[in-house]
Amino acid sequence: MNGTGSIDERPLLVAESVSKYYGARVGCRDVSLDIHEGEVVAVVGESGSGKSTLLSVLSTQLPPTAGCVTYRMRDGVARDLFTLGEAERRFLLRTDWGFVHQDARLGLRMGVSAGGNVGERLMAVGWRNYAAIRSEAEQWLGRVEIDNDRIDDKPTAFSGGMRQRLQIAKNMVTRPRLVFMDEPTGGLDVSVQARLLDLIRSFVSTYGLAAIIVTHDLAVARLLSHRTIVMRHGSVIETGLTDQVLDDPREPYTQLLVSSILQG
Amino acid sequence: MTSAPTYNFAYLDEQTKRMIRRALLKAVAIPGYQVPFASREMPMPFGWGTGGVQVTASVLGKDDVLKVIDQGADDTTNAVSIRRFFEKTAGVETTTRTQDATVIQTRHRIPETKLSDGQILVYQVPIPEPLRFLEPREVETRRLHALEDYGLMHVKLYEDIACHGHIATTYAYPVKVDGRYVMDPSPTPKFDNPKMDNCAALQLFGAGREKRIYALPPYTRVVSLDFEDHPFEPTRFTDKCSICGAEDSYLDEVITDDHGGRMFVCSDTDYCERRLGEQTSEAAQ
Repeated sequence: MNGTGSIDERPLLVAESVSKYYGARVGCRDVSLDIHEGEVVAVVGESGSGKSTLLSVLSTQLPPTAGCVTYRMRDGVARDLFTLGEAERRFLLRTDWGFVHQDARLGLRMGVSAGGNVGERLMAVGWRNYAAIRSEAEQWLGRVEIDNDRIDDKPTAFSGGMRQRLQIAKNMVTRPRLVFMDEPTGGLDVSVQARLLDLIRSFVSTYGLAAIIVTHDLAVARLLSHRTIVMRHGSVIETGLTDQVLDDPREPYTQLLVSSILQG
Repeated sequence: MTSAPTYNFAYLDEQTKRMIRRALLKAVAIPGYQVPFASREMPMPFGWGTGGVQVTASVLGKDDVLKVIDQGADDTTNAVSIRRFFEKTAGVETTTRTQDATVIQTRHRIPETKLSDGQILVYQVPIPEPLRFLEPREVETRRLHALEDYGLMHVKLYEDIACHGHIATTYAYPVKVDGRYVMDPSPTPKFDNPKMDNCAALQLFGAGREKRIYALPPYTRVVSLDFEDHPFEPTRFTDKCSICGAEDSYLDEVITDDHGGRMFVCSDTDYCERRLGEQTSEAAQ
């Protein structure tokens, strides 16, 4: 389970000069990054800085205008994501990847029970034994601290924090190697946020998960990520180790961003 | 009949029939695949079998013998009116006997009498998309079909077991056709699902409002979806038909009085009558 012994030195995902234009408008421009197994990269920046566009391109939900994204598959071969067929991309998205949305309603089926939500990926990859699917769902709900007696409840009956945790369980059930997170703690109160961050951090260390987390909350970046990328107006303006970027920002904009945090 | 308005044979004009036949050929070539077609307005409301009527009109020839059933019965409103519609517009012979018919249009049931080579069974379909209530976006459902991405269908069955302890879907029970497309068998009871498998007759499905046609060529493999530990089971009845005593047919519950009196009778009236006829002739001997 813990992949620390067999971690491949080569990066898991590499983006080279990725640009995305919406007509004449810039989504993101000339972004390059790589992410290794077990590594958490935070993408920070203000609203409209192109963070979510970048995430959509990296997760193949939007085709880039220019540049390419390669991913090292489980068989060790790095492949250009946009040359994959749609079936292959979808398979990747629901097995080797996870995607945690800010709005849990985008990531969950609200009309389907918690167990069904978690089991969906398993059934999609061919599990056809009800008892096995259910016990796997129970285990994952347990790991995200959702009581087993809630397994047949629909997410509509869950609180915001529970929905986010359910979303994470749903993504983790196929043991992904890379998880994309778009503001996973957005709209949650501080104590619930803390619990969620704790959970994500423990999954990252237990399962050797790599994650790309888009957030405007620098505290989230500091708590979770190893490296931080600062974006502004669609471009990357600063990258580096999280502590380095947040404690000793070089760019004026990053300095502004860091200084605008309320100091406790 | 001279004073009656003159329709083309079987109501639809020949160009429309050609268009529908082209869709039918495509549907037969790709079993279970929903083929879009330019559904016409028919002199009946949507939901009354406009899709089935258009398919029947397109496959009907002068020598065909037509049978129309609604919930298995030949004498219900929908069945009677569609049968009369074709008597009037096509002048074809009609029957209630399953084995004599060459074209059978049906709503909700497959006749109990085993269908044979050369027969065509036309279904009236309200909602052709098996994934509809799981995925509301049409673009997405088509993509799921194209990519054979059917995990979602099992989510529905999972939910059934989670809520009811068993697969509680009793009609429109999803099937996999020829190992490829998942298909909604229209709102037939799951009792009839096994009859679709390896059936000798050609089965055509028409959805007028949704503008889709799909088909099962004769002798196509049709498998009802299920879980290993919760296998598909057709509905079983503990009662038998009060009229003919059949134990192997699909039964309708009929309320007979205001004091809780009820009886179960065959939903397939032709099957019931035939059995009754055999019994009386045996008794006479």
